[in-house]
Amino acid sequence: MAFALSSNPIRRMTARPGQVLAVTLIALFLAIFLIIPAGTVIYIAFTEKGTGALTAVNFIDFFNTDLFRRSFFNSVYVSAMSVVWATVIALPLAVLTTRFDFRGSLVIQTLGFVPLIMPPFVGAVAMQLLFGRNGTVNLLLNDWLGIRIPFMEGLNGVIFVQSLHYFPFILINLSTSLRNIDRSMEEAAQNLGSSGLRLFRRIVFPLAMPGYLAGASLVFVKVFDDLATPLLLNVKDMLAPQAYLRVTSVGLTDPMGYVISVILIVVSIFAMWLSAVAMRGKDYSTTQRGGGGLVRRKLGFGESVIAYGIVGLILLLVLSPHIGLLLLSFATVWSFSPLPDAVTVAHYSRVFGESSIYIKNTLIYASLAGLIDVVVGGAIAYLVLRTKIIGRRWLDWAATSALAIPGVVLGIGYLRTFYGVTLPDGTPLATLWIMVVLALAIRRLPYALRACYAALQQVSESLEEAAENLGATKQRTIRRIVLPLMTGGLLAGFVTSFSTAAVELSATLMLIQSNSDAPLAYGLYVFMQSPAGRGPGAALGVIAVVMVALCTLLSHYVIERRQKALGMAK
Amino acid sequence: MLKTIAAAMLMSAAVFTVAYAQDGGKVTVITSFSKDVTDPFKAGFEAANPGFTLDVQNKSTSAGVKFVDETKVNNQVDLFWASAPDAFENLKGRNLLAKFTPSVTGLPEKVGSYPVNDPQGYYFGFAASGYGIMSNDRYLEANNLPQPREWGDLLKAEYHDHIAIAAPSRSGTTHLTIETILQGEGWAKGWATLTGIGGNLQQVTERSFGVPDAVNSGQTGIGIVIDFFAFSAQASGFPVSFSYPSVTTVVPANVGIITNAPNQKGAEAFVNYLLSEKGQAVLLEPAIRRLPINPALYAKAPEGFPNPFEDPRFQSMITFDSDISKKRTDVVDTLFDQLITFQLDNLRGATKAIHEADKALAANDQADARVLIAEARQLISAMPVTADEAASDETRAAFTGGEQKTARQAELEQKWAAFASEKYAAAKAKAEQALDLID
Repeated sequence: MAFALSSNPIRRMTARPGQVLAVTLIALFLAIFLIIPAGTVIYIAFTEKGTGALTAVNFIDFFNTDLFRRSFFNSVYVSAMSVVWATVIALPLAVLTTRFDFRGSLVIQTLGFVPLIMPPFVGAVAMQLLFGRNGTVNLLLNDWLGIRIPFMEGLNGVIFVQSLHYFPFILINLSTSLRNIDRSMEEAAQNLGSSGLRLFRRIVFPLAMPGYLAGASLVFVKVFDDLATPLLLNVKDMLAPQAYLRVTSVGLTDPMGYVISVILIVVSIFAMWLSAVAMRGKDYSTTQRGGGGLVRRKLGFGESVIAYGIVGLILLLVLSPHIGLLLLSFATVWSFSPLPDAVTVAHYSRVFGESSIYIKNTLIYASLAGLIDVVVGGAIAYLVLRTKIIGRRWLDWAATSALAIPGVVLGIGYLRTFYGVTLPDGTPLATLWIMVVLALAIRRLPYALRACYAALQQVSESLEEAAENLGATKQRTIRRIVLPLMTGGLLAGFVTSFSTAAVELSATLMLIQSNSDAPLAYGLYVFMQSPAGRGPGAALGVIAVVMVALCTLLSHYVIERRQKALGMAK
Repeated sequence: MLKTIAAAMLMSAAVFTVAYAQDGGKVTVITSFSKDVTDPFKAGFEAANPGFTLDVQNKSTSAGVKFVDETKVNNQVDLFWASAPDAFENLKGRNLLAKFTPSVTGLPEKVGSYPVNDPQGYYFGFAASGYGIMSNDRYLEANNLPQPREWGDLLKAEYHDHIAIAAPSRSGTTHLTIETILQGEGWAKGWATLTGIGGNLQQVTERSFGVPDAVNSGQTGIGIVIDFFAFSAQASGFPVSFSYPSVTTVVPANVGIITNAPNQKGAEAFVNYLLSEKGQAVLLEPAIRRLPINPALYAKAPEGFPNPFEDPRFQSMITFDSDISKKRTDVVDTLFDQLITFQLDNLRGATKAIHEADKALAANDQADARVLIAEARQLISAMPVTADEAASDETRAAFTGGEQKTARQAELEQKWAAFASEKYAAAKAKAEQALDLID
C-alpha cells in the first residue's frame, strides 16, 4: 500500500530462547489435546476395514462416489454464498456503528453478535416455527396471499440460515479493524479531495481488510464444517453432515466418515492459507495511535431515518430466531399456528431450580476456554507475524484444523487418550471437568486465533522497533506496546470463543460424566428429547442467550471506554 | 478481568469438591431417555431404596454405546437404559453387559409376539412400545386430509410431501419399524411399500425425536414414530393422533447391567425397581406414557390407553425374527439411505410424476398409459439386491470387514445409489410419457 508509513524491514534474527520455549509449549499443547486425540480416531481413514492395513483406497472410493462429489460441491457453493450474504448483513452494521455518530451503537454491536449464540436444538425448533414451511411467516403469507416462500428448504435454506447465524464473525472482526484505523489516513485522503463512497472504497475498507478477511475466512470455513444447520434443514448431501452421519451411527466401523473428516480439514486449512496469500506483501498497519479510530460523522435527519431503518430491519431479521425462542419459552402449545395458543411462565419456574448449576458451570468452562484461546491464539499470532522461527506456520495450521474436526471425533479421541490415565484415587483423567474446558478451548481456538491475527496485523512493527531502540527488552515491548494495541482484537477473540463455547454440545456430550459438571447446553439437550420438555428447553435457551449477551455487552462497554480513553476528545 | 478469572477458578474448585462429596451409594446410568422420563424414576428409585442416589448421564443411544465401549478399561458406569433392542445386542456382542436374574417374578414372557427379556439374561424389557403413524390434527384439517391408519395409506397421492420419518441408520426404533414391514410383507413387497412411502416423504430426519418434533410443531403432518412419542405429546396438550397399522410389532425398551459395574448392588436394585409394581406405575405418568410390561397395571391406565396383553390388534401382530434382522441390519439401513434418504429429490420427483399421470388416467382411461404407469411403479420398487443376497456372508463382509476380500462398503453404496437414480429417472420419464399420451 502506497500510503503505509512503514515498509516491511527484512529481519534476520535468530530465534530467542523465549520464542523457542513458546513454540515448544504451544506445540505440546496442540499435540496432546488436539493432534493425538483426533489422530487416534482419524487414522482409520487410512486403514483397510477388517484387516487394519494401511491403504489409500478409501480416498479413491471417496472420489468415485457420486454422493460425496455432489456433497463436496454443495458444501463449497453454500460456504461461498454464505460469505456473500453474511457480508451484505454485516457491512452496513459495522460501518454505521463505527463510522457514524450513531446512538445505541453499543447495543447494536451487542445485538448484532447475539445470532452467534444459537443454543442447540431449541434454536432449530424456533427457526422452523417462524420460517418453516408451516411457520408463522408462511402460514400468514398463505392466509393473505396464498403463497409460501421456501426459506428453509434445500441449499438456499442452508445459505439463509448460515448467513444469519455466522455473519457476526465478519461484524465483530470488521468493526474491530475499522476502529483501529488511524483517522490521519482518512484525513489525508479527505485533504486530497476524496470523500463519501470513494473514500470508503479506496481508503477505509482496504485498511480494514485484515479484519474483513479474518471474519470472511472464518465464515467460509465454519459453514463448510458446520453440520448442525444442514441437519436441522434435513439437507444431507453436504460434506460435514455426511461425516457426522457416518461417524455417529451405531455399529458402523466405516472408514468413510473419517475420510470425509480428513478432507474437511484439508479444505479448511487450504481456505485459511488462501486468505493468508491474499494478504501477503501488503501492509495494513498504521503507526499513529493518538487519534482513536475514525472520525465519527454526524448523520443528517434524512440519513438518520434511512440508517436506523436499515439497522432496524437487519436486526429484526437476524434476531428473529431469538424472538421465536422467546415466544417458545413462554408458549403452552404451539402447533400449526402463527402464534402459540397461550402463554405461561411455568417453563421458567421448572428450570429455575436446576439452572443455577448449569449457569455456573457454563460461565466457568466458557471463560476458562476463552482465556486459554486468547493466550494461545495471541502467542501463535505473534510467533507467525513477528518471528521467523521454524514451525510457526504449522502451529497456525494445526490450530486451524480444529475447526474441521467434528466435535464427536474429538470427544471420542479424548476418551481414548485420557480414559486409561487415572488419578491416584482411580478416577480416570477424562472424567474431570477440566477436560471439558480443554476440549472447548481447542474447538474454539481458531476463532480467537483469527481475531488476534487481524489485531496484530494492524499494529505497525515500527512501534516495536522504536520501543526496542529506546532500550526496552522484547518482553517489555510486548507487554507495554503490543498487548495494549491489540486489546480490541484480543477482547474480540475472547468474546467469540467464550460465547460460542457457552452453547457448544457435540464434544461436551461425550465428556460430561455427571449432572453436577454439566453446562447449559447439556441441560438443554436433556430437556429437548420429549414434547413436554420443549418449553423448559427453550427457557434454558433464553437464559443462555441472555447470559452470554450480557457478558458480550460488558466487553463491548470495555472496548468503547478504552477507545474514549485513547484520546477521542469529545 | 483478572479478578473475574480468580473468582471463576475459586468457584470451579468449589464445584469440584461438591461433586465428589456424595456418599458411596451412587448408581450411574447411561440413558437416551429425556429428563421427563428419568426424573420421576430417579425420585421413585431413591425413595424406594434409601441410601442410593441415581446419577443420570444422558447420551444419545449411539453415543452411549460408543462411550461404554471406549471406557471399558476403567468402567465407571453401572447401567445402560434405552429403547432400541439392537443397541443392547450390540453391547452384548462386545461383552459389555453382565448376566443377572432379577428378583421380580411373575412377569409375562412375551409382549405381542416379542420376547420381553434377552433369553440369556443380559438385558431386560421394562416397557413395551409399538410403532405406528402419528399425525397433527390441525395440519390434516387445514390440508383436508383424512387420518392415515395403514402403511398402505401413506402411498396415496394425497399424502405426497406430508410425511416424515427418521433414517433407520440413525434411529434404532425406526430400523425396527422398517424391519417389521419387511418381515411382515416380505422383502420385495415390503421395499415396494417403503419406496412408495419414500416418494411421499417431506423429510428424513437424522434423529428419532426429530419426527415427533416436526409433527408437534406442525411442520409436517404425518410421522412414522414409536407410540409413546405420540401419547406423551397428547398428554402435553399437542393436537396429535396416533394409530397402530395392522402390520406392526411391539418391542420392549430395555435396561442392562454393564460388565464390571462399580456399584453392582445399586445396579441390581435399579433393575428390580424398574420391574417392580412401583416402578412400572411410573410409566403411566403423562409425560412418559409407555406401555408397562406388568399386565396388572393396565387397570390404572387412562381411558383409551392401549393394552398389548388384551387388545386383539397386538395379538395378531407379526412375529419378529430378530436373527434375520440382526443378519441384515447394516444392509437394510444402507439400502434405505442409498435408495431413499440420499435420493429423496429424485424419488419424490418420479413419484409426483406417477401421481399426476394416475390422476389424469382416472379421468381418461387409456390402456397404453396404464401399462406405462405400471412399469414406472415397477421401476421405483426395483431392488438392487434380493433378500438372500442381503443376508449373504459376502454382502455382510463388505460392512464388517471380513477375512476375505469382498466389495468394499463404499463400492456397494455407489452401485446401489447409481442403480436407484437410474431407475427413478426412467420411472419419471415413463410417467411423463403416460401423461403425454393421456393429454
